[in-house]
Amino acid sequence: MTALLEVVGLRKAFGGVTVADGIDFQLPTGAMHCLIGPNGAGKSSFFRLILGEHAPDAGTIYFAGEEIVALRSFERIRRGISVKFQVPGIFKELSVRQNLEVAFQYHLHGHSLAGTVKAMLEFANLDGEAATPAGALSHGQQQWLEIAMAVGVEPRLLLLDEPTAGMSPDETRKTGEMLHDLNGRGITILAVEHDMAFVEQIAHRVTVLHFGSIFAEGSIAEIIDHPGVQEIYLGASDE
Amino acid sequence: MNVTDTGARAAEAPRRSFLRRSIAHLEGPQTMGSGGAFWVVIGLAVLAAALYPAFADAWTVGNAAYFMVWTFMAMGLSLIWGYAGALSFGQTAFFGLAGYAYGVLTINIGSAYGFTIIALLLSVGLAGIFALVIGYFMFYGRISGVFVGIVTLSVTLVFETFMAQTAGPQWRIGSARLNGFNGMSGMPPLTIPWPGGELVLYPGPSLYYVLLALVVICYLGLRILLNSGFGNVLVAIRENPHRAEMLGYDIRLYQMLAFGLGGALAGLSGALYTAWGQYITPSSMGLTSAALPIIWVAVGGRRDITATLFGTLLVLTVFQTLTIYGSQYALVAMGALLLVTVLVAPQGLVVLAMKGIGKLVGRGRS
Repeated sequence: MTALLEVVGLRKAFGGVTVADGIDFQLPTGAMHCLIGPNGAGKSSFFRLILGEHAPDAGTIYFAGEEIVALRSFERIRRGISVKFQVPGIFKELSVRQNLEVAFQYHLHGHSLAGTVKAMLEFANLDGEAATPAGALSHGQQQWLEIAMAVGVEPRLLLLDEPTAGMSPDETRKTGEMLHDLNGRGITILAVEHDMAFVEQIAHRVTVLHFGSIFAEGSIAEIIDHPGVQEIYLGASDE
Repeated sequence: MNVTDTGARAAEAPRRSFLRRSIAHLEGPQTMGSGGAFWVVIGLAVLAAALYPAFADAWTVGNAAYFMVWTFMAMGLSLIWGYAGALSFGQTAFFGLAGYAYGVLTINIGSAYGFTIIALLLSVGLAGIFALVIGYFMFYGRISGVFVGIVTLSVTLVFETFMAQTAGPQWRIGSARLNGFNGMSGMPPLTIPWPGGELVLYPGPSLYYVLLALVVICYLGLRILLNSGFGNVLVAIRENPHRAEMLGYDIRLYQMLAFGLGGALAGLSGALYTAWGQYITPSSMGLTSAALPIIWVAVGGRRDITATLFGTLLVLTVFQTLTIYGSQYALVAMGALLLVTVLVAPQGLVVLAMKGIGKLVGRGRS
């Protein structure tokens, strides 16, 4: 498989704190990959570097063969990257329907937009809440709304920052099933996740970040059996 | 999951005409008021306004025209502040720029062949372009929040100070003297070429009807714009700019365009004001003048264009009445009104009233 996302020698420091210390990373097209690591390992910063919220001090990023490191965030998104944040990134004063319309209207218009909004309302089990202000939804419903906003236009790469945070076990299981479904449709997925059961449910491969560097990478079985990972993260987790 | 095949659907979807789509956007999530009853009320309000000159003397009608002059600036501020979330404290800069531009152009070229209309359009265009330039440096410079207010207030105060010191005879553009603190005067009113002679729009019924038509056109146009995809994105940026950018929107561009349009609307008010009274002074860009639009829009309801329009007309009427019967207290009363609005009805008094009426109508139906 060719790499959809390729990160080469990525380095970023804030003062004395290094959040990316020469990261080399490849995400093949069609992969479902998880990033794990202790707090402060640089997982969220790695996402922000990919999304263009932080400019790297050194290194570069390729998406679908194109160097994107000089592009602004919205330009990267338009190339087919979609993101779901840990804290639901929704428009709280807009209705559920308006949230979905804003999420899709850059790509879709007219009947296509209306049809996709309808489909996503059903997908997120929010079809009875279309007119409800998004801020009035439960935390779990807000998470699903944002997931629907992220996947409605079928991105090439879906970035998920702790997608199951605050979800019940049943919602977490459904989210895993949904991600498998999306991945089956050809969407490449990269997720930051702390819930190892969820990681086991979804990940083809896992990368462990530690102090801004890649500490280990492999299948979920290899990562669980890795003695170093046991020591820094799994065995003595502070999560 | 049933994700749509967007390409096929787009191909199948019948392409509605621009006009039909525009009419459909007259109602939508970004504007209060929908359905037959709402449009009947709006229609009756326009009809009453159209009949008003038949029951009032020319001076009063001219005064009502003066109120309408300001509504464009108010609606522009609602667009920038209420919908796009950027509080501009300097709409008067664009008002003054267009007002002076109208004066300079018409004093130099005159009113023949409908040139005052061209001067009006050029002045509005100039104000819009200037707003785009200011907006470019602000939004592409990532200025946000209270700093937008500080920058825009600074711009209008710089303009006021500059124009106030243009008293000498050297301060002229062609035959137009800027006249410093006393301001410019003597420019012609709007003049429309008409069969059998020019139609000169002095403050009175003819100007009143032109302004009424412009208010209706701008109001409906803004409703269409705000309920379109552009309006949806503006509101999304106001609510969560980071998320809006992460959906692929260049939020700086949207903010700049909204600011440019709001500036052009303020410019329309400025040029019409100058044409109405045939004068413009630097004080129209001063601190007090800059604060008043914020009061009109806040009291009406900055997040709704209908509330802004009717709130502005209401507050202007109250303000002028207070000015006539107790001039020294009028500005104090305006400040108190703003305070009461912020504390009691931060969404705006007209919005509060419209929601109350909506609930009553709903109860009546059930």
